Amino acid sequence: MAEKRKKVLIAKPGLDGHDRGAKVIARGLKEAGMEVVYTGLRKTPEDIVRAAIQEDVDVIGLSILSGAHKHLFPEVMNKLKEEGAGDVVVISGGIIPEEDHQFLKDLGIEGIFTPGTPIQEIVDFIEEKVN
Amino acid sequence: MMEDILEGIKKGNERKIAQAITVIENQRDKGFELLKKLYRETSLAYLVGITGPPGSGKSTLTDKIVSKWREKGLKVAVIAIDPTSKFSGGALLGDRIRMSNVSTDRGVFIRSMATRGSLGGLNPAIYDTILLLSAAGYDYILIETVGVGQNEVDIVDLADTTLVVTVPEAGDEIQTFKAGLMEVGDLFVLNKSDRPGVDKMQLTLEQMINLADKKGWEPPIVKTVATKNNGIDKLTTKINEHKSYLQESNLLEDNREEVMRRQLVNLLEEKVLAKIVNPIKQSKEFAAKMKKIKEIKKDPYTAAEELLKEKFQI
Repeated sequence: MAEKRKKVLIAKPGLDGHDRGAKVIARGLKEAGMEVVYTGLRKTPEDIVRAAIQEDVDVIGLSILSGAHKHLFPEVMNKLKEEGAGDVVVISGGIIPEEDHQFLKDLGIEGIFTPGTPIQEIVDFIEEKVN
Repeated sequence: MMEDILEGIKKGNERKIAQAITVIENQRDKGFELLKKLYRETSLAYLVGITGPPGSGKSTLTDKIVSKWREKGLKVAVIAIDPTSKFSGGALLGDRIRMSNVSTDRGVFIRSMATRGSLGGLNPAIYDTILLLSAAGYDYILIETVGVGQNEVDIVDLADTTLVVTVPEAGDEIQTFKAGLMEVGDLFVLNKSDRPGVDKMQLTLEQMINLADKKGWEPPIVKTVATKNNGIDKLTTKINEHKSYLQESNLLEDNREEVMRRQLVNLLEEKVLAKIVNPIKQSKEFAAKMKKIKEIKKDPYTAAEELLKEKFQI
């Protein structure tokens, strides 16, 4: 009971209404022994950062399929820094074209997991980053 | 570090409050140092528990009730509890999904917690979190949980006012409500009451409440449609009436005493587990006796007595 359980926020920024992928990831991380908070659909960057702070998560996973990642992700990252929570590990998944990966990495988004990624790969990534 | 966190909590800084809860959950001894400093200068917030079967609308009701309290300028914290998987130790905490009205409100703090639980009991960090959030200046704390297991009944039972939520189509399901759940209910919420079968459900509830035989306070049934905000005014009025009833009959103080008595027992159990049970489990004597038990050369009843005597002279 006393051991630290990794806590993850799975968030859906913006207007896309598809969260099957996010739910699959949430369940997979739960099965790996993590405590997973899911925000639900259509959250603003502000909602997401506030939830991350109140829940004091180790990791935020942003799931996006709308194509607005270049607009929404920088806002999330900036707000995290403003709130003094720049140390939270941020990863992302969904439909993110290859050519945008570097842009997101430069923002500080440490892992990008596109469709087809085995859940174990994400689990391992989190285990390694959060310690 | 500690002073910094204490200062932050008293000022109501969300990040500090959230970090302190994490400490309480994961580094118990460090958390205790914090709580020792807070206890004597904290008076507990008013505790409202909300429970009911999955899908009955607890989170949506929470969202609406909290909005009503906010109109009165009260600061509110929500602790949303979901079960820990016995197999993986993980948990899926999804109650925020239905709390979108209040999740952006700066006067509302929402924290999701897993039951975790040791020795089949309740995560003692939940009691500690109540204390911490009270110290942070929240007037009301709403604790939401699925009312299926004994742990959950324990959690809502510690609330000053406990709402038990059900829906018309619950039908026979209500018969399977734990007897304990009917007894802890101070208010019954018949949510989704725009659906067919509401009259029959109300009758069933009335019968069950009569059977439960509460003394002094007759638990009312409030019909709501949380998604349409119907019946929420009446619900918050009834919560206030129950609060007044508790205050006037001095039951509020009794309840606070009971909460602290249980917390003291919880803490003792936690320490016994950490200082006595776990060291024994990890000892070579434990392994040796286990081997004999497996070979049916010794019984576990004698082994338990011997281990306590050999290791701790008790």
